[in-house]
Amino acid sequence: MLTLGVLASIAGVAIALAIDWFPQSASTQAKKVDSLWDIVLVISVPIFILVLVVVLFCVWKFRQRPGEELKDGPPIHGNTQLEVVWTAIPALLLVGLCSYTFFVLDEIEQKDPDELVVNVTGEQFTWTFAYPSVRAGGKPLASSQLYLPKDRPIRFNVRTKDVLHDFWVPQFRMKIDAVPGITTQVRVTPDTVGRYPVVCAELCGVGHATMRQVAHVVEPGEFQRWVRSRQRPAGGAAAGGGGGQAAADGRAIFTGAAGCGGCHTLAAAGTSGQTGPKLDQVLKGEDKAFIRESIVNPGAKIAKGFGPNIMPENFGQTLTPQELNALVDYLSKETQG
Amino acid sequence: MTATSRLTGPGWYRALWMSLLGISFAFGIVTAIRALYGWDPVLDGNAVLTVALLATPLFFLVGLGGFDYWFYWASGRRTRPEDHSGHGAHSWRDYFRINTDHKVIGIQYTVTSFFFLLVGGLLAMLIRAELAAPGMQFVDPNTYNGLFSVHASILIFLFIIPVFAGIANYVLPLMIGAPDMAFPRLNALSYWLLPIGGTMMLISFFAPGGSFSTGWTAYAPLSTEVPVGQLFFTIGVQFAGASSVMTALNFLVTIITMRAPGMSFWRMPLLVWANFSTSLLVVIATPFVAASQFFLLLDRALSFGFFDAGKGGDVLMYQHVFWFYSHPAVYIMMLPGFGIISEILAVKARKPIFGYRMMAFSLLAIVVLGFTVWAHHMFVSGMQSWIRVPMMVTTAIIAVPTGIKIFSWLATLWRGVLRLDTPMLFALGFLTMFVLGGISGVMLAIIPIDIHVSDTYFIVAHIHYVLFGGSLLTIFAGVYYWFPKMTGRMYDERLGKIHFWLTFVGFNATFAPMHLLGVAGMPRRVADYAEQFAGWNMFISIASFGLGLSTLVFLYNMAASWRGGPRAPANPWRALTLEWQVSSPPPVFNFDAVPTVVGGPYEYGVPGAVHGVFKEGAEVPQPVGAAAGAVSARKE
Repeated sequence: MLTLGVLASIAGVAIALAIDWFPQSASTQAKKVDSLWDIVLVISVPIFILVLVVVLFCVWKFRQRPGEELKDGPPIHGNTQLEVVWTAIPALLLVGLCSYTFFVLDEIEQKDPDELVVNVTGEQFTWTFAYPSVRAGGKPLASSQLYLPKDRPIRFNVRTKDVLHDFWVPQFRMKIDAVPGITTQVRVTPDTVGRYPVVCAELCGVGHATMRQVAHVVEPGEFQRWVRSRQRPAGGAAAGGGGGQAAADGRAIFTGAAGCGGCHTLAAAGTSGQTGPKLDQVLKGEDKAFIRESIVNPGAKIAKGFGPNIMPENFGQTLTPQELNALVDYLSKETQG
Repeated sequence: MTATSRLTGPGWYRALWMSLLGISFAFGIVTAIRALYGWDPVLDGNAVLTVALLATPLFFLVGLGGFDYWFYWASGRRTRPEDHSGHGAHSWRDYFRINTDHKVIGIQYTVTSFFFLLVGGLLAMLIRAELAAPGMQFVDPNTYNGLFSVHASILIFLFIIPVFAGIANYVLPLMIGAPDMAFPRLNALSYWLLPIGGTMMLISFFAPGGSFSTGWTAYAPLSTEVPVGQLFFTIGVQFAGASSVMTALNFLVTIITMRAPGMSFWRMPLLVWANFSTSLLVVIATPFVAASQFFLLLDRALSFGFFDAGKGGDVLMYQHVFWFYSHPAVYIMMLPGFGIISEILAVKARKPIFGYRMMAFSLLAIVVLGFTVWAHHMFVSGMQSWIRVPMMVTTAIIAVPTGIKIFSWLATLWRGVLRLDTPMLFALGFLTMFVLGGISGVMLAIIPIDIHVSDTYFIVAHIHYVLFGGSLLTIFAGVYYWFPKMTGRMYDERLGKIHFWLTFVGFNATFAPMHLLGVAGMPRRVADYAEQFAGWNMFISIASFGLGLSTLVFLYNMAASWRGGPRAPANPWRALTLEWQVSSPPPVFNFDAVPTVVGGPYEYGVPGAVHGVFKEGAEVPQPVGAAAGAVSARKE
């Protein structure tokens, strides 16, 4: 049984390590979390296999056979040595694991004097990312898309305007709640260029599942170009693609940058969200001023059957005037036909 | 019975008109107060509903007769002599009345809880139908949030916690050689609070704005802002919690004062130890969840602002108070199961429990340690960061007493004569699956890992491995094991085994892939998810429907066997504990002669060993006269 147990444990650990558990790793923290995970698997899988093998062995070896209906086992009441062993070994193992974890935790939460501060603000049901060190039009640069320079330590200061949210980029492995009344912090050093989802991980109401945005990790030069494009007073770049396009594309903003389609159904854009009213119905026959007001100040007129404070109120802030115009034009065109 | 006495005597007629009176009372008092203050509008539906939800159940209970005896006594009127007409059940109707017999209450509890298991399971089926594919198919997001919130609340507060109380209610007095629980009237009352709490949670779907939709955790401030359906949770939990506390007190007093002669603490079966430990947890911890929900109620109804940061409230305080109950609640939902497993393994392996005393001590160690770990639910909550490390260490250390239990069970199996019938299969299924739940629990204690996986499907997988692979498998094991004692009939062994294998395979196919989804980045409590998770979600949904269908086998087996199964002998398992030394089902007062306990409960393999003996001619003193019920039935 011992040989069987050891072999099964080795096989179990091999399978557990072979599984591709995590999404892509895109931060220095992620690498450390992933190797800690492997260590925990190597310790814990054999414990499960041990229990499984003993149970199966007992079932095979000690099962009641025909004619043994009245037979009893030997009256063994205990064994102090054995009990000391199976108290002490797990205790030592766990204390060791906790001590090691303490150092990993310390490493992944290390502060850096050169960190870039990003203010993250959650609200039902969107995120706004502001860069206090970058001014745009006399205010800190704010965006609905998160752009981060590669290899630069970032400190996120996380706040919320309403209920609890949780700022999470699975590829970074780090998350923190946005808590009313306090500012929470989380540090990440992105190290792989790419587009990753920003996910709200704390239930925040009807639109919780749609509270998704995009984090772009880009080369430092690219980051500077993005910052400049956002600073340009007449900057016409659509936030969706990261620059280049001259005229903002209303449909792209609807489905991408502003994320309208997550909550609203609009036949022309092919979206089917149900958190908010169907735009084909509620915008029919309305003029552009109404559409603009409904985007910038959604509480002004609320469609029948929907509650207040569900649609974010930050679109006037995170969309550039050009993007807003393009979006209003697009919605007007698609719902009046 | 005359028409008048039908309306004035305890029972459903009086309960009905008293309930209507309760609603009118709520309407009257709220409207009067609003008129006095000059508030506009004077008629406020939500305010009336809040008071009605609190008052109507109390009026209902008074009408049903839950307080009759105490009212007579308190007002100095002649109390009715205790003639024990409230004992025993003679027809199915007796299960729908206030009944003071612990065996009737045990069955009321168990059957009611299983009703809620079916309802909670059906809600899970709806959840899985919606999640089978990305996008929204069947329900809107608000309804979806309601589905998982009610699913969790029902199964935690109306199934797992009370079903253990139900099984113990039936078995525990028999096991310690007592004629009933210490406080039979309190026992009846605590049962009747349950259907009230459960009904409240279920009818929340008809509330304006939909059911409560903030999860079973009801985190503030979301729960103070959502529509009025939230109140059905806030107030429903108070009734379920009160029921829990009353029963726990009853168990504690029963165990401490009503053990048969010779039944020292070290001769108690481990199920009794387990319920002793659980009851300690319940009476200490449950007031905290009650407090958290009362804070919410005051915030919602009377604008107290406990959790309104704008008024100086503290949002994190909700989570601390809530988890100070809700972590121990995990042990409230697990320790009685540990007790059931100890009973079954010893009997079915024909061996004494290995390390009996350590088994009892480890239960107490879990009780104590259980109060020191609550903030591990809050590693990403934004609380002070240093507190995470001590919470991680205590959480990991709790695995040590749990490990002692697992290893002792394994040693109990070793060299035994294992009878692999249905209760034993469920017990062995529990043993393996619970280890997985325990391991993912230790993983969650490791802070960097928890930061990544908290609020993901990894949590959903973990909690289902603990509460389904752990608690529910022990509940099935216990129900099959004591079915002959409770009903006097044998269940169908073949159907029982089919039920086990369908459940075991269906359970793993449903919940194991959730570990992968969670680590891969799928958050929990979402109605819609990214395309990349579609494959596994479809697989999980199909598996879950199979798991749901497996319940039908169980239901059929229970219903058919209860009606027409073969008569059960007194002791079909050749067990030593006292409940098997009386007929199946037991006599109305449990024991015709006082048992005397002369040895340990698990002396299997010791030639001629007995746990209790019944002395010839030692009559149980029959209670005489008023107010004598519980007191004089106690044997010194």
